Amino acid sequence: MNITYREAIKQAIREALRSDEKVFLLGEDVGRYGGAFAVSKGLLQEFGPERIMDTPLSEAGFVGAGIGAAIAGMRPIVEVMTVNFSLLALDQIANNAATLLHMSGGQINVPVVIRMSCGIGRQLAAQHSHSWEPIYAGIPGLKVLSAGTHEDARGMLLTALKDPNPVIIFEYTSMLNLERELPDNAGAVDITRAAVRRQGTDLTIVTYGTGVYKALDAANELAATGLEAEVIDLRVLRPLDEATILESVKKTHRVLLVEDAWRSVGIAAEVSARITEKAFYELEAPVQRLCGVEVPIPYPKHLEDASVPQKEQIIEMAKSICAPVLN
Amino acid sequence: MATSVEFPIDKSLGTKLVYEMMRIRRFEEKAAEMYTKTFIRGFLHLYIGEEAVAVGVMSALTPEDNVLCTYREHGQALVRGIEAGKIMAEMYGKQEGCCKGRGGSMHLFDVSRRFYGGNAIVAGHLPLALGFALADKKMKRNGITVCFFGEGAMAEGEFHEAMNLAALWKIPLLFVCENNLYAMGTAIRYSHAVTELEKKGASYGIPSRAVDGMDIRAVLQATTEAVETIRREGGPYFLVCNTYRFRAHSMFDAELYRDKSEVEEWKKRDPIVMFSDYLVNNNLATHEELASLEKKVEEEVNESVRYAEAGTWEPVEQLEEFVYQT
Ligand SMILES: Cc1ncc(C[n+]2csc(CCOP(=O)(O)OP(=O)(O)O)c2C)c(N)n1
Repeated sequence: MNITYREAIKQAIREALRSDEKVFLLGEDVGRYGGAFAVSKGLLQEFGPERIMDTPLSEAGFVGAGIGAAIAGMRPIVEVMTVNFSLLALDQIANNAATLLHMSGGQINVPVVIRMSCGIGRQLAAQHSHSWEPIYAGIPGLKVLSAGTHEDARGMLLTALKDPNPVIIFEYTSMLNLERELPDNAGAVDITRAAVRRQGTDLTIVTYGTGVYKALDAANELAATGLEAEVIDLRVLRPLDEATILESVKKTHRVLLVEDAWRSVGIAAEVSARITEKAFYELEAPVQRLCGVEVPIPYPKHLEDASVPQKEQIIEMAKSICAPVLN
Repeated sequence: MATSVEFPIDKSLGTKLVYEMMRIRRFEEKAAEMYTKTFIRGFLHLYIGEEAVAVGVMSALTPEDNVLCTYREHGQALVRGIEAGKIMAEMYGKQEGCCKGRGGSMHLFDVSRRFYGGNAIVAGHLPLALGFALADKKMKRNGITVCFFGEGAMAEGEFHEAMNLAALWKIPLLFVCENNLYAMGTAIRYSHAVTELEKKGASYGIPSRAVDGMDIRAVLQATTEAVETIRREGGPYFLVCNTYRFRAHSMFDAELYRDKSEVEEWKKRDPIVMFSDYLVNNNLATHEELASLEKKVEEEVNESVRYAEAGTWEPVEQLEEFVYQT
């Protein structure tokens, strides 16, 4: 059945609430407003205010409360309206959720799930267009997931709630209305491995988030020109699934890394380093990155588009990396 | 709450105040229209219904004072004197806008008017405002700093840190809460355990007062007194303006959280209608004069659209400008 990315997330939240009474949803405008992006619309009516908890604008407060409640036995799904506001809660996440297990010598684990919507592309300007995945992916103690497909939007939450560790899930606002086929029995998915979303032999495109469908579209167009690109969706930004990446590099020997986040100190930089460390002699060409331009995201559409990787650029760079093959 | 005050309003002041409120109203109605026509994109937060707050507060300021606002700041920007055309062009994303189109609706700035945003992280500009006031104090300048925010922002830690620091440092800062009863879809009773917001200022030792934010005379009088207090004593002041937004939170809002009848009830206290009636009843304006003001405003707003439409796109080659000061 075709469903939207929004509906996929909502189904997951509903299933989680139904299957475990310790689960509750906590965040700004998740209830009466129906969710800032209508993801939780109707859930308040279905589950009541004890389980769909509207919070005031207090990110540090309610994210911290979610962490505490998780330690104390509940299974909160904390929703931070957008990643941009999560910086106000970063102290709670980095200094509490990520450290308590270690500091307590293994006594206190933190099974909290924190969802945040993110992404660029709706002309929301500099303060509302951050790609902070790299910040979170740099913190030991967290598991960091990126739902770049409908399947993952539907399935990651359920597995994350079973995990004894703090899990951050990034969802992408620009994909909310996008419809894709999803089997009726779609459900929990693995949250340890990257996924090869398309098999190919000439080049590996590694990406995540909004890059996944873009890269798949690009790969289909590349196929028409005789280039078979393998597309890897990282899915798990921490801890990185190195094996899947290295295996692909051994097959294709050429790599293009694509992400919306700024180029310096991004996920692509980390993946590039791992490939250089572990598969250097497999490479036929330098690893290339196509990342966000290092500028606060501007409001006008043409400048916003120019700030992040577009399908056309993926195609162009893939071709240039593979130029020797094509000739 | 100060409702029936006798603030001296003569014909010229009365005309100016009503004109400013009409201008905000018409400008924003036009912005909403242009949003629907997709010339304006991103988030657009309208101030309609709250005009008496911006006009009342801003009318008590001098050009030396600093102003910091939220993303719902078109009203303050207009009263501060940023040309309507430059604001409209900014919302179109044109380089003729007041920030070259880089900021859009939520980020209007004009340093020449000491207008410092256009800040879209709720409560994020309160600590910033502290710094402006602290600098004025350290440099022994006369200016004060005015910081606008919604009641939703008062649940953030930054609000409480800012209040305490302002009181501790005794700096010339006017906190203005635009209490429109909703933070997106969250009614004040769900975001504040104590809904008499002025009490929170008092708890930090800051002189605090609530005022009817639909009554521009009350707002102007209260702000004038607040500004006098700040200039006399050097420390901060907290003014709560109780008001209401007639429109949705932003253009994306289905307004599931409030009854239409509540909105209609508040519209009976439309600040522009109430003040227009006051002017007419007190022989400070005639219906004809008000109608001609409406016409003037209409022309000005149409001109702002022409200016925005004639504007140009910044070349994409300049994308990486304004990241570092050279
Ligand atoms: C830190 C932060 N959290 C959440 C948001 C999303 N958001 C934007 S406006 C808003 C409501 C703010 O309400 P209030 O402060 O009362 O001001 P109003 O919009 O009513 O003028 C929310 C939740 C944000 N911009 N920043």
